[in-house]
Amino acid sequence: MTATEIAAAVRAGERGARSVVEEHLAAIDGREAELHAFNLVLREEALAAADAIDAMVTAGHDPGPLAGVPIALKDNLCTTGIPTTCSSKILAGWKPPYDATVVERLAAAGAIIVGKTNLDEFAMGSSTENSAFGPSKNPHDITKVPGGSSGGSAVAVAAGFAPLALGSDTGGSIRQPAALCGVVGVKPTYGRVSRYGLVAFASSLDQIGPFATTVADAAALYEVIAGYDERDSTSIPEAVPTVLDGLDHGVSGLRVGLVTELCQAEGIASDVASRVAAAAEALSAAGAKVDEVSVPAVIYGLSAYYLIAPAEASSNLARYDGVRYGLRVDAPTTGEMYDRTRTAGFGAEVERRIMLGTYALSAGYYDAYYGKAQKVRTLIIRDFEAAYERFDVLISPTSPTTAFTLGAKADPLAMYLNDVCTIPSNLAGHPAMSVPFGVGDEGLPVGIQVMANALDEVTMFRVAAALEGALA
Amino acid sequence: MTDASVLPDGWEMVIGLEVHCELATATKLFCCCANNFGDEPNTNTCPTCLGLPGSLPVLNETAVELAMRLGRALNCQINRSVFSRKNYFYPDQPKDYQVTQYDLPTNLGGHLDLPSGMRIGITRAHIEEDTGKLNHVGGGGRIHDADHSLVDYNRSGVPLVEIVSEADMRSSEQAREYASELRAILLATGVSDAKMEEGSMRVDANVSVHHIGEPWGTRCEIKNLNSLRSLGRAIDHEALRQIDLLDNGETVRQETRHWDEASGRTGTLRVKEDADDYRYFPEPDLVPLEPSDEDIARIDAALPKLPAARRAALAEAAGIAATHGGVVMAVERGLDDLALATISGGGDASRVLTHIEHNLAVAGAESLSAAHFAALVTMETGGKLTATQAKTVLAEMVTSGHAPADIAKAHGLEALDTGALEGIVDDLIAAHPEEWEQFRTGDDKARGKLTGFFVGNVMQASKGQADGKAATALLRQRAGL
Repeated sequence: MTATEIAAAVRAGERGARSVVEEHLAAIDGREAELHAFNLVLREEALAAADAIDAMVTAGHDPGPLAGVPIALKDNLCTTGIPTTCSSKILAGWKPPYDATVVERLAAAGAIIVGKTNLDEFAMGSSTENSAFGPSKNPHDITKVPGGSSGGSAVAVAAGFAPLALGSDTGGSIRQPAALCGVVGVKPTYGRVSRYGLVAFASSLDQIGPFATTVADAAALYEVIAGYDERDSTSIPEAVPTVLDGLDHGVSGLRVGLVTELCQAEGIASDVASRVAAAAEALSAAGAKVDEVSVPAVIYGLSAYYLIAPAEASSNLARYDGVRYGLRVDAPTTGEMYDRTRTAGFGAEVERRIMLGTYALSAGYYDAYYGKAQKVRTLIIRDFEAAYERFDVLISPTSPTTAFTLGAKADPLAMYLNDVCTIPSNLAGHPAMSVPFGVGDEGLPVGIQVMANALDEVTMFRVAAALEGALA
Repeated sequence: MTDASVLPDGWEMVIGLEVHCELATATKLFCCCANNFGDEPNTNTCPTCLGLPGSLPVLNETAVELAMRLGRALNCQINRSVFSRKNYFYPDQPKDYQVTQYDLPTNLGGHLDLPSGMRIGITRAHIEEDTGKLNHVGGGGRIHDADHSLVDYNRSGVPLVEIVSEADMRSSEQAREYASELRAILLATGVSDAKMEEGSMRVDANVSVHHIGEPWGTRCEIKNLNSLRSLGRAIDHEALRQIDLLDNGETVRQETRHWDEASGRTGTLRVKEDADDYRYFPEPDLVPLEPSDEDIARIDAALPKLPAARRAALAEAAGIAATHGGVVMAVERGLDDLALATISGGGDASRVLTHIEHNLAVAGAESLSAAHFAALVTMETGGKLTATQAKTVLAEMVTSGHAPADIAKAHGLEALDTGALEGIVDDLIAAHPEEWEQFRTGDDKARGKLTGFFVGNVMQASKGQADGKAATALLRQRAGL
């Protein structure tokens, strides 16, 4: 059952939320041991929440648009009294005293949180191998990575542990694992979803978004979490237009641009390229006007990203110092305590990015690195805006390849190249999503990325729904 | 008006001040926690001011208003501003970075006119968040020898404005005058309660010395100046220390120094190194502040009359200099409106200001009725109350709100009329012929002593109701002097 079907059945009193949750907990019991989607399964809490939903329905109240729908949360979203680890040793034992805004909105919509999912430590990675608690595995082939950093959330949805999940996307961390696991993954416009309660990686790029098995389910979850929040100063103070209503409008007359620089980027596998071509044909057949478009500045996206994101991270992660919460390794002086705590608490990739970012912000280097990267960002926005004057949406591969083998990309640079297609939308702050579109040579899922102009999630979802429909 | 008295001939000091003030907001800069001094440690905290993972800052609008108000009172330009992160590790700083305005501050380029007439340039006045407070337990109470340290985050995130002056001051007296006038402006505008002893106004002084006519020397920054007295002493001590070094052929090292009030010395806190790198970058969790022309016009319209203008108005009404102690005190204590109303109600200006300077440093003085105050001063100048009696009556006027005539009557306080005073004086002269002869014919020293004797007896005989001055005058008149 899809999330939409579950919610309808629960609201109508045709199905109990408890039975829905029990069914999904059984699925978790079946395969969690081999897949490791979760850092924590909230069995008792989920059952109690389900009983509360059922009681509401019995009493004649409507629990909301996601009534009784199980959902998995990436373990960098704060949940009151429930450990929130970011898959890092440094947050050992920390339980947030507050809920993220998205968690509050989920509860108000009747959704039921079944667990906290695994991620690359502090969302830094593209394979979930950087988790301090061990990697997650791709449900389609457990020798392959699920992608990352929101790998656990993608696995949870792909494996049927929950019909919905939330992830966070700083450079592709929702879209890339969605593509590799064959599910829908959405990064909304920066500022569309409140970041309050999302443990920060790179504040100017981070955005929370949905995972689902269908575009309609992803749209339903998006509508629940999107909207202005006064607790996030970068939140957009505008009403959110419905995306659900436009899903069946088709693409007739829409102008679709294939981004040359991304479709022909270094390392795009031929099986992925041929699925992108098939997607373009499908949209064309459905009445869209498809053409190639150049967005020249995106080729600098990866370089700019790997200065901006580590720079912000170096500052955001400074607070994990052993003074107030989480891990502390005692030492004779405060300075040594900082050293020992952070050395013991952070994994290699997190350390690498803190050092990169610290360097990029240093006096004498700021203009050459961080300052220049911000200028590239402005150029990317400018080039995207030019493209959106001629096109309604842009498409590209989500990931250069299908899921790769665990341990295959030990070289950090090889891993970073995975994000080449997804990063530009983060730098621009634009919405983008990945929708499954068949399989590649190894029978593994391929995702198509649909990008849209700022705040135009309506058109983005509409095109994604058309691609989904073309495959059916 | 260089106060050269403390420096050897030929030397000059250069002083610039950095003043941190806590803004008088109800809540902190980026969260809804109370901005209260002295509460139980770690009670005014939340995820944001504790820097918990996932928390975000939301800017306090009132803090921005107050900072802009101060900027305008200091004749600054208000600009589009951006918050930055100043990155450094310290346990009192929960995020290990401080949110502050760096290259784009709210207020730029103003000035402050000292009561003595000098104009001091204001480089900038920017908004930033305060840190928590460390309590070093055991040892000497300093971080170096403490057994352990406790952190109180109540102050973490309290809004501050940092006012940076130009290096325009040339003496500790000018520095004190600047700090004092800035404090008066902060109080008058309601921007801060500016209590140096509670740390809501903290002054750091940059001091250098040079031979007059030569380039300026290397500066040192002195911290921990929590009174105007400390500020003055520390600057003088530091200038002399630097001159001593230079006289001995040594050089002054650029460093941050700590003022120790007890020993009256400054000591090295930390040496400025080139490695000091705060890695500033724009705070991505906040958006730029772009005040409109209307916003600035609204701030200007709501700006209260400033101390300098208030002193000028009172000085003019009183017919004395704006630097007169009573005028300065009246404005500093917010009693200038009372003084003006009292003077225009017929009270003698000099007596009014004397009372304000010496007898009205009490709570509730500002609600004193000007009509009553004027009546009191008139009774005093008309000889119906002595100065001492007037002071007593005034104190009770503040606490009870009653009219001075009623209070004087209730306490049996009234100056003796001239006839009664003459009676007492003449009786005393008759009773003490020897002393009177010495008074009449002795030298000034002897007469001075005997004046005390006779006036003392007058006071005793009149049960304190006689006016000492009037009694002295009468004695001299009787002696034909």
